[in-house]
Amino acid sequence: MDFLIFQVPMLTVQAVLDGLLLGILFALIAYGMALQWGVMNIINIAQGDLVILGGYIAYFMYLYGIHPAWGVIVSPIIMYFVGVIIYKLVINKVVDRDLFISILATFGISILFMQLMNFAFGADVVLANSGYGTTMLFDNSVTLPNSKIFSAFISIVFAIGLVIYMKKSKLGRAIRATAQNARAAKILGVDTEKVYAATFGINAALCGVAGALISITFTIHPYMGLPYTIRSFMIVIVAGLGNLPGVAMSGMGLGVFEEFADYILGTEFRIGSVFLLLVLILVYRRFKLSKKREYLK
Amino acid sequence: MNKNIILYAAILIFGVAAPFVFPAFKVQLSILCILIILAITWNVQGGEMGYNTFGNILFYGLGMYLCASVQVGMFFPLAEWTEGGGEKTFVHTPAQFFQGFAVGLAVAAIVPSIVAGLIGYSILGLRGHYFAICTLGLGVAAGEISGGIEIIGAGQGFTTPPFPKVGSLEARGEFFYFCSFAVLILTFLAVKAIYSTRFKLVLNAIRDNEDKAEAMGIQTMKYKIIGWMISAFFCGLAGGIMGGLVGYIDSTDVAFDGREMGVFMVLMAILGGKGTLWGPVIGATVFHIFKEGFWTFFLGWQYVALGVLIVVIVIYFPEGIMGWLREKYPERFGEVVDEADRKAQVELK
Repeated sequence: MDFLIFQVPMLTVQAVLDGLLLGILFALIAYGMALQWGVMNIINIAQGDLVILGGYIAYFMYLYGIHPAWGVIVSPIIMYFVGVIIYKLVINKVVDRDLFISILATFGISILFMQLMNFAFGADVVLANSGYGTTMLFDNSVTLPNSKIFSAFISIVFAIGLVIYMKKSKLGRAIRATAQNARAAKILGVDTEKVYAATFGINAALCGVAGALISITFTIHPYMGLPYTIRSFMIVIVAGLGNLPGVAMSGMGLGVFEEFADYILGTEFRIGSVFLLLVLILVYRRFKLSKKREYLK
Repeated sequence: MNKNIILYAAILIFGVAAPFVFPAFKVQLSILCILIILAITWNVQGGEMGYNTFGNILFYGLGMYLCASVQVGMFFPLAEWTEGGGEKTFVHTPAQFFQGFAVGLAVAAIVPSIVAGLIGYSILGLRGHYFAICTLGLGVAAGEISGGIEIIGAGQGFTTPPFPKVGSLEARGEFFYFCSFAVLILTFLAVKAIYSTRFKLVLNAIRDNEDKAEAMGIQTMKYKIIGWMISAFFCGLAGGIMGGLVGYIDSTDVAFDGREMGVFMVLMAILGGKGTLWGPVIGATVFHIFKEGFWTFFLGWQYVALGVLIVVIVIYFPEGIMGWLREKYPERFGEVVDEADRKAQVELK
């Protein structure tokens, strides 16, 4: 075998570390997806485009001389309002309807965002340079950019903060109540319309954080949104709705898988392998479920 | 019945005469035919069977690559063709071109339907949105993977054989137009024939309640796979012709173009009216006219318009043109309207 990864064993460590740090970011995006899926029963294809939009906010701060790490705070605030506006314009009309309608409608939003970003920011691959330097491990054989460690740390902080917020705050409790039973929540005086708007806004804000981190660590490009959507969808179906440790674990697993696919198959098959993995997971799940169904008979 | 024959004859005459009456629009008319085929085949899944797929683009792209590869590979080494762009070193004689194209189209129709049959058992077991996302992933994965395969041109694309000159006659546009028009008629008649049999009732039963259909003794999986294979057959044919028409195949921008064709076929069927025979035809025609107008006058903003269009159609117009007509003139659709009942309803409002 002439694969590089088998010749240099240290690359395995590199791939695993890279994958874990990347996976934490994926888990953050997937958390937002799980939130809105659980509460509003909506699959948002535009999730990845919200991520990229958040990334461009950080990138523009970098262009104007502000350190892009501040994007982690600015971008979610802007993205929250973007999310609420999207909710008011489109999503509130598809909440109660067929899931396919929501998929198609958000697909439309995704195409719209892609193209608007292409106009506004150009079709170049960009990144916001944080200037954090790199850490060398194991006799300089493993390089770890500090920005990746930073982004993983920030993701964990935001995820934990959100979990506490959902547990303790009034809005968090209202969101959880709506997720359990929207009608009962309405009867008990929860303004579900407001809850839905807030949920979508929080999801968009999470995407904003993740996007800002991605623009620091990796690169962003207007058309790169769909893979992020697919990844978060995959993580959510593997972990299940409302299973936060599961989301974190499967996110990191996906990150490691991607890094290895990158090394073994080559970079040109990276995105393809992600999509193929989605198909395989869904097919596996279908056979598992059908067995269960037969057993119940 | 009499009216229908006049209608069909009028469409047929228009279709045959169109490239000579509007010679400037030959390519556009051919693309319109392809779009109608795609909309009709999507409707078999999305409209009649209730399985909203984004993955029919897989068969379309597969057909496109297969047709071009067979057409080249029958006479010349394929790897050298794609490496050199093909045009300078190897030239098809007219006989070779047409022979290759015919064989290529046959392969482009048969192989995708076999693929559909093979993956059908695993994929069609998924329900609802899982099916939609899975097929979306399938289409994108096919595009990404085919973009990494060297022999079909990888990232730099695949030039299909240029149309040969027969004597001094240059008839490229007419040839591809009549190919696509013939396939369109074939598709329409096949689907119309299918819709008048028990098969359509089974598909509708699956759409309305799959578990109940299964409980009634229908082997739903068998019918779902056959339905998908029929779609794949015609999608592959359409892809093969489109490949020759465009003249250049790129993995993500032409063949597995989920962002354009993959969405168009869904949109056209919904715009026209899901689950009707004529809906996709009308939807595709309206959509194509709108799209061309928009693409010409607002160049650069077309995807913005497309995104807005999707959202507006899906939210405000989910029943489509046929659904709207049906609501307005229910008598025309063979529904018995009780006048007294309708009046009572109006008074109630």
